[in-house]
Amino acid sequence: MFEVLSERLGGIFERLSRKGRLSEGDVDEALRQVRLALLEADVNFRVVRDFIATLRERSLGTEVLESLTPAQQVVKIVNEELIQILGGGPVHLASSSHPPTLAMLVGLQGSGKTTTAAKLALHLKSSGQRPLLVAADLRRPAAIEQLVVLGEQLEIPVYREDISSKPVSICAHAMKRAKELGASWVIADTGGRLHIDEAMMEEVAAMKRELNPAEVLLVVDAMTGQDAVRAAEEFHARVGLSGLILTKMDGDARGGAALSIKSVTGVPVKFIGTGEKSDAFETFHPDRLASRILGMGDMLTLIERAEKTLDEERTRALEKKLRHATLDLEDFLEQLRQMQKMGPINQLVEMIPGLSAIARRAPAEMDEGKLKKVEAIILSMTPEERRNPEVIDGSRKRRIARGSGTTPQDINQLLNQFRQTQKLVKQMASARGKKLWDMLR
Amino acid sequence: MVERLEKTEQGVRRARESWFSRVVHLFDRVTVAEGLWEELEELLILADVGVATTAKLLERVKHRVEGEGLREGPEIRTALKEEMVRMLRVDEPPRDVAQPIPLSPSGLTVILAVGVNGGGKTLSIAKLAHHFGQQGKRVVLAAADTFRAAAIDQLKILGQRVGVEVISQKPGADPGAVVFDSLEAAASRGGDVVIIDTAGRLHTKFNLMEELKKIKRVASRKDPQAPHEVLLVLDATTGQNGLAQARYFTEAVGVTGIFLAKLDGTAKGGIVLAICDELKIPILFIGTGEALDDLAPFEAQTFVEALFS
Repeated sequence: MFEVLSERLGGIFERLSRKGRLSEGDVDEALRQVRLALLEADVNFRVVRDFIATLRERSLGTEVLESLTPAQQVVKIVNEELIQILGGGPVHLASSSHPPTLAMLVGLQGSGKTTTAAKLALHLKSSGQRPLLVAADLRRPAAIEQLVVLGEQLEIPVYREDISSKPVSICAHAMKRAKELGASWVIADTGGRLHIDEAMMEEVAAMKRELNPAEVLLVVDAMTGQDAVRAAEEFHARVGLSGLILTKMDGDARGGAALSIKSVTGVPVKFIGTGEKSDAFETFHPDRLASRILGMGDMLTLIERAEKTLDEERTRALEKKLRHATLDLEDFLEQLRQMQKMGPINQLVEMIPGLSAIARRAPAEMDEGKLKKVEAIILSMTPEERRNPEVIDGSRKRRIARGSGTTPQDINQLLNQFRQTQKLVKQMASARGKKLWDMLR
Repeated sequence: MVERLEKTEQGVRRARESWFSRVVHLFDRVTVAEGLWEELEELLILADVGVATTAKLLERVKHRVEGEGLREGPEIRTALKEEMVRMLRVDEPPRDVAQPIPLSPSGLTVILAVGVNGGGKTLSIAKLAHHFGQQGKRVVLAAADTFRAAAIDQLKILGQRVGVEVISQKPGADPGAVVFDSLEAAASRGGDVVIIDTAGRLHTKFNLMEELKKIKRVASRKDPQAPHEVLLVLDATTGQNGLAQARYFTEAVGVTGIFLAKLDGTAKGGIVLAICDELKIPILFIGTGEALDDLAPFEAQTFVEALFS
């Protein structure tokens, strides 16, 4: 997440920290580079300008220049300002005093509304709520079917009518249905629309007036460029938004939209979508994202994700292994099985303080098929080989390959991957990771 | 030609009204002040052209201003237009503007459409099918997005509207098998064009990109020339990430052209300048609206001309 920005800023601050004392010129040069990094990350031009001005003012204050560790002070300021620009603290969903609570998802075409509706409903369901999904996108071919299929997969009821109905009446009927079902939340998926399409914007504005939803959430593709702010401003002006959901944050999105929209419109980001699976959905925490951007990791999200997917005992065992950097192939297999549930390893590693740069070199995500292969290979090894893979020579490789129905190349690949992981874990347990982690606290 | 110009104009009208009118206005000033370059930089960046490409463009124009002794605003405007056109014109040899995707004279032309999630692949494919259908070509669509819920239904509905056959299997089926079936079906029915709709995928997902390579291999099994065109569908609102998308998809399956979708909002699609400049991938079509005939072949001169006119 935000690797590009993170990498650029990391480089800038590392160069800055090599200097003992900082002159005004040093700060200006660093800020000039920060500006370029932010613009390359699609942060809105105006937002960058204000952000740099604030940074400059604060960085040239006496407490920085006279500090013994001025570069660290600058990083601290950037961190604080990033948190500010991202919205301060997390903002939770507002629920209506008379349930069911209606949440409407709106946005441009292709931003990910339908997938997000299902993710949000699952998120509410997992926290003990009873959601009802509403298929109110009547324009895109098969949008209704898409939501119905997702509802079936997640065992969440979906209210639908046929495409000759009106979105507003579908939602009104859905509210009635929700009361009958005893549902506490109603999540409406609306059609994608352009912010300059007068008729379509009026349609969604009228829905808001008529239905008075507790939440109107704009779904924004995190890969959007400079225009993100403009579309959000338009939606906010016409419809009145209560929050944002950023989608497709699992790619190498630069984060421009995330960093810009809140500060321009004042509408807080409430959730982020982080993957194709329906549970790849997180509450947005400005402080955690800021520290991820600055390469300082995000242990809290990592731990939460672990808690969500692993049982406590295993979590503790995993943590212990990671801390002590003692890892053999049996653990490796167990870890692969466990981490598979938590998400791609790259995503996990970048949440560990100081490791975001390493995340890029981490083994690529593994699919089910590969995992089965790894399992077969490891299970074909003797206990000694699993504990001490160094003993695996050519003839042992051939034996393992025969036993597991793979090739010696597969064995080599696995051993390489294992070594990389081992190295990673060692670096994780090293002083640098700990130091950064302490600094954050 | 006239019709195409109109289409292009219609698509870029909004961008022109808001953004380029400011650029044009900048040049109305008779003499060139220092502030002009800064303002121009801001405008290009706001159009998603990107910092590096903006710097490069401005550098070239500045160079010409000095070298050719340009002083008047309109002269500099022409120079900028020329530099933008030069940057966008990367197809070598130049493609036929009326038919950017040449149809194979002997048999089937296979087009593989790829891109990230929500970029507009399915609608763009339907538009292309319509485009070829209008020329009397027999088009078959391959519903190889077997992953996203109801993606197959969506393509079927659009296929029905266009009046072309859609070959599909069950959700979750092997996309390669769908491609194979589609090629068989098209061959046996004397089809001219097969367009393959693939599942949207983020370019950073290793496994999904591997899957795409496999789909491409299947497509080339009968005809080593196939797919004749690998089209990356790019959302015009995409920011600097678009360059990474183009790069990764090209590494995986050798993108031969770009379909710039959703050029009907206020987004300017400036990222295509960076893509053309760095990767030399030509833009073949632009999508300018929600209707099936909202499509125009891309031509650099026309595009820039329409933006400035």
